Amino acid sequence: MFRSTVFHRKGLRNNSTLQSRSVRTKLLAVSSGGGHWVQLLRIKRAFENCEVTFVTVHESYRAQVPGHKFYLVNDANRWTKIALLKAAGRLAWIVWNEKPDIVVSTGAAPGYLALRFGRMMGARTIWLDSIANVERLSMSGDRIGRCADLWLTQWPHLARPNGPHYTGSVL
Amino acid sequence: MIFATVGTQGQFDRLIRTIDEWAGAHGRTDVFAQTGPSDYHSKHIRAERFIDPTEFRKRVEAASLVISHAGMGSIITALELGKRIIVMPRRASLGEHRNDHQLATAKRFAEQGCIMVAFTEHELVDKLDQHQISDEPERLSALASPRLISTIRTFIETGRIRFENRDISS
Repeated sequence: MFRSTVFHRKGLRNNSTLQSRSVRTKLLAVSSGGGHWVQLLRIKRAFENCEVTFVTVHESYRAQVPGHKFYLVNDANRWTKIALLKAAGRLAWIVWNEKPDIVVSTGAAPGYLALRFGRMMGARTIWLDSIANVERLSMSGDRIGRCADLWLTQWPHLARPNGPHYTGSVL
Repeated sequence: MIFATVGTQGQFDRLIRTIDEWAGAHGRTDVFAQTGPSDYHSKHIRAERFIDPTEFRKRVEAASLVISHAGMGSIITALELGKRIIVMPRRASLGEHRNDHQLATAKRFAEQGCIMVAFTEHELVDKLDQHQISDEPERLSALASPRLISTIRTFIETGRIRFENRDISS
């Protein structure tokens, strides 16, 4: 009896391992334009075992991530409330539609919103603060960092014991 | 070929005007500028408001010198393609950005010696005058630091955050 229970439990564990291997982790990678997007591309090697969907603000970026699902969102910042609301609506829909396991962002506002919605939907979240923020964290980075599961800065002098952590930069 | 770029966020005519006048004074006809949403009419350089990222990379690749605002997109692309770059930070007091973070970025990168920085138009002209076409710097690898990649990958695969010998369960 004891033996069979052990066997049964072992069998279950094996099944679940097989299942998680056959379904790839769904990862949503979100950024605004310019430097944020360039930094996201420089860490995409870390996502190579995942099914990656990109979300960004310029249609012309699509050609840089061939073979991946690609969504557009309007850019916004905290000074443009209407644009922010519009972006929030769009990102809520994208996150609902994709149901990612992981949401990762290099900033700025669209990434902040995506991480918040992702977290509400039970995804694990990663925030890599932009290397441009050398004196202090970005506003969105400082707010979201506290609810990102992995919160990283790219400057050692900005790291703190409870995050953000420093483990290298995109350069 | 010199390629000047101000990114996509807003005009930075102070940079474009300085380069335009410098090109005129030195008879340079090989300068191309991406000017953003600008109404400045350049007299000596070719200009376009926006270009797509593929053309952007081509322009950087073809250039012997890149001049830009202190935006990370321009800086990283120039370093990836092994190009010398002079940056001039945007200033909030002149309405060129929402804050002065470009000043701090430019200072920090200049300290590391990988870019040249002009804090004023005058310094930019000096740096352009001094610029000699010499050996190009080494190209940056196309990826972030291996330790950063591995931290992110480990977190994606295991949900754990690992720093050197220290493990933090999430």
